Amino acid sequence: MSDIINLTLSALIDKIKNKELSSQEITKAYIARAEKSKDLNTYITTDFENAIEKAKKFDEKGNFDYKLPGVPLAVKDLFCTNNLKTTAGSKILSNFIPSYESTVTQHLWDEGAILLGKLNCDEFAMGSSNETSFFGNVESPVGKKVVPGGSSGGSASALAAKLTPATIGTDTGGSIRQPASFTGTVGLKPTYGSCSRYGIVAFASSLDQAGPMTQDVSDAALMLDVISKYDTKDSTSVNFKRGDYFKSLSSNIKGKKIGIPKEYRVDGMPKEIESLWQDGITLLKKLGAKIIDISLPHTKYALPAYYIVAPAEASSNLARYDGVKYGYRSEGENLISMYENTRSEGFGDEVKRRIMIGTYVLSSGYYDAYYLKAQKIRRLIKNDFDEAYKSVDAILTPSTPSSAFKIGDKTDDPVSMYLNDIFTVPVNLSGLPAISIPAGKDKNNYPLGLQLIGKAFEEQNLLDISYSMEKELSFKNNLQDWWIK
Amino acid sequence: MSKNKEYLIKRGNSEYEVIIGLEVHAQVLSKSKLFSDSPTNFGAEPNTQVSLVDAAFPGMLPVINEFCIKQAVKTGIGLNAAINKKSIFDRKNYFYADLPQGYQISQYKDPIVGEGSILLDLPDGEKKVGIERLHLEQDAGKSIHDIDPQNTLVDLNRSGVALMEIVSKPDLRSPEEVNLYIKKLRSIMRYLGTCDGNMQEGSLRADVNVSIRKTGDKKLGTRCEIKNVNSIKFMQMAIEYEANRQADILEEGGSIDQETRLFDTKKNETRSMRSKEDAHDYRYFPDPDLLPLELTDDFISKIKKEIPELPDEKKKRFVDKFKLTPYEANILVSDIETSKYFEDVIKNSDIKLATNWITGELFALLNDRNLEISQSPISSKNLSSLINLIKDGTISGKIAKTVFEIMANESKDPKSIIDEKGLKQQSDPKEIEKIVDDVIKENPKNVELFKSGKDKLFGFFVGQVMKKTDGKANPKLVNDILKKKLN
Repeated sequence: MSDIINLTLSALIDKIKNKELSSQEITKAYIARAEKSKDLNTYITTDFENAIEKAKKFDEKGNFDYKLPGVPLAVKDLFCTNNLKTTAGSKILSNFIPSYESTVTQHLWDEGAILLGKLNCDEFAMGSSNETSFFGNVESPVGKKVVPGGSSGGSASALAAKLTPATIGTDTGGSIRQPASFTGTVGLKPTYGSCSRYGIVAFASSLDQAGPMTQDVSDAALMLDVISKYDTKDSTSVNFKRGDYFKSLSSNIKGKKIGIPKEYRVDGMPKEIESLWQDGITLLKKLGAKIIDISLPHTKYALPAYYIVAPAEASSNLARYDGVKYGYRSEGENLISMYENTRSEGFGDEVKRRIMIGTYVLSSGYYDAYYLKAQKIRRLIKNDFDEAYKSVDAILTPSTPSSAFKIGDKTDDPVSMYLNDIFTVPVNLSGLPAISIPAGKDKNNYPLGLQLIGKAFEEQNLLDISYSMEKELSFKNNLQDWWIK
Repeated sequence: MSKNKEYLIKRGNSEYEVIIGLEVHAQVLSKSKLFSDSPTNFGAEPNTQVSLVDAAFPGMLPVINEFCIKQAVKTGIGLNAAINKKSIFDRKNYFYADLPQGYQISQYKDPIVGEGSILLDLPDGEKKVGIERLHLEQDAGKSIHDIDPQNTLVDLNRSGVALMEIVSKPDLRSPEEVNLYIKKLRSIMRYLGTCDGNMQEGSLRADVNVSIRKTGDKKLGTRCEIKNVNSIKFMQMAIEYEANRQADILEEGGSIDQETRLFDTKKNETRSMRSKEDAHDYRYFPDPDLLPLELTDDFISKIKKEIPELPDEKKKRFVDKFKLTPYEANILVSDIETSKYFEDVIKNSDIKLATNWITGELFALLNDRNLEISQSPISSKNLSSLINLIKDGTISGKIAKTVFEIMANESKDPKSIIDEKGLKQQSDPKEIEKIVDDVIKENPKNVELFKSGKDKLFGFFVGQVMKKTDGKANPKLVNDILKKKLN
């Protein structure tokens, strides 16, 4: 059994296709491990019985030509799943069972994958440590009482702890890449418009993007093949020619030009992050890439702009959770008091904080000073990247300004929590693709990630560069399974 | 416009002019909603025309219905308006139980249609009323407060239905102009097939902005907005009430508060709904789920080619080609079905007679029975043959009215009615001469009186001849023969 959970997604698929392993064997192995890993609190909802049933069906008459034949997967609880509770980590949706499936998860099932259950996340994906979930914080397998990052913290933790061979998360300001970096896994945020947002509980519509979280780069390419598809149900979905990412994967990056933005060298950045970045540069040179110093002059405005745009959209997106139609309701004497009670009790503090910020920045008299200005900054940040991409093919930065921290360390200081996203938010504001790959460890032996930012719709390039780096880095998490009961 | 026809509110020595602007909400004629594929059938069971998008389920996204965009552009062209090649859908944020998203998707700063105009036909000439803009937005659901004593029920059938908000400039000056404006706007949209204009079903309703100012003043007064009025009659009553209310306040030295008011149709008065201070802060911002809407020249020019002849052009054609008076033409073109009926009739019949019969007898009949012209018991073909029977002297105009009445009840063609009932006109001069001779013989006294100068008695002789022929004698022949014999 331990062999199974140590396999990468693509290795697992090979074994299924060769009939060395059955879907049932694999599904049961992951379920058994999940049952023993409850302390990590990765799952909000499990669907194990159904999963075994589906695995059995697959083994009986499954299609082995599928890209994910009989592969069990757990997904972030932000994806609506037909007939299975979908909470977005919130009390207000704690009883919500969709009658529909998100486009992205539908693509997984259409390629033969089997749903194991729904993974914990920050409430409405608002958080960087998975501490805002109504269902409790998630522990990272990399260390006791360590946060897995957020908001796709349950996904990162489950993946690193080998409770699922791969998973999908969503990334609004770093919610895939930061937890990937914290847990020693690979996280890819595709170009905005690559993966459909249909059926994903919305946080900030102009920034949200689903993406794969995997054990290695080829698995990420494989998952991207499955989930990146044009969807007419999402008006922001883009009908571009998608690559055959997995098949086209190449480790030859000779002559590629990689930009190093000086603005990412922030004050107070730990030495170990600095040297991680330097090592990355050295490695790329060794692989034949050309290193070019670049400037992204508006970087310092990205975080404040993000914390205006994202809450503004969120304040409106979350208005539908009003106790009228579905989800949690707390009765009141009249409509207004029902709203007040429902939303006061149904939302957690971080969500309320962002709804208030968002409402404020959109309100009359402040709109121009905040929201409009933030949109202008967003344009400038995008222009910075456009300018840089005239001379480089991709940009290398650290994924986060620090490694994983302890649970509770930053909960009282939202600003220091927000600072975690400093390297990831410019990417969302610009709609670009970016990937975080594990590249080293800090003094506590916690993983550290490097981020590669690419040109819009050029995921293949990003995957190739990280694939070649990964081979040389040969990163290993070497987890001791301390949480297993 | 001559001074004495102006609509003015008088208070003591002061005269106030009434300034009115309308925000008309017209439901787009479309099988499915603005951002979802749910049907828009009126009168369906509550909550049966609702998709996950309309009910704002988590993760649901709006997708623009291209047909609704076409309809809005079509309407814009019909209003002689600028079509904006780039427009933006915004979110208008507010909480209400029948607004599932917690925001309405509307267009705020960048509407799909810009400035245009509508021509009104006033008794003493035309008046151009400016259109400020036309934008698309979603309708909300309906809150029902009077079924369950404890709870408010919500019906989301309307939620997401496409509306065009058509905003006029403050160019209207009287309840009558408002009447003409709404009718003209409705007529244009019906010609275009972009809105059925059915006010009973709520397809057309308006927010009415009213302010007053002393005659001669240039500056506009403070306005009040009367929300959601759903009939022309109520709009007129509301304006009348509101203008007088404002005049009373100003006359007593007070000032008007800018506010939103409701028209109470039972008490026939407006009352305050909320003041400017309580006005919602809608926190408009571009909907991030929808990209800016960009129209190509090709898209717009294709729609332009689909625009039918509109009332103004049609009226001009009727006047120029058919020599109708502008008044007659107006009546006939105001409703597209009427104009079609008219053109069908005159294909084979006399224009003058057709005009008179349609605007006279037929309209009276339809009015009487509360029917649309499309439901007329008398087809255009049958009316055409009736007119031809008058024209060729088969029946007199008077008999024709009898035939028309029978047609109205039996929907038969006039020829068979005339044959059945023997209503054919007597046009044989010899026959009529015989009868005239009889009448003269039987009334020697009156003959003498007539000859001595009592001209009025001529009618008496005509009447006598008609009586003897059951009204079937050809009146022209009767006249001619009588004149000859009596003189």
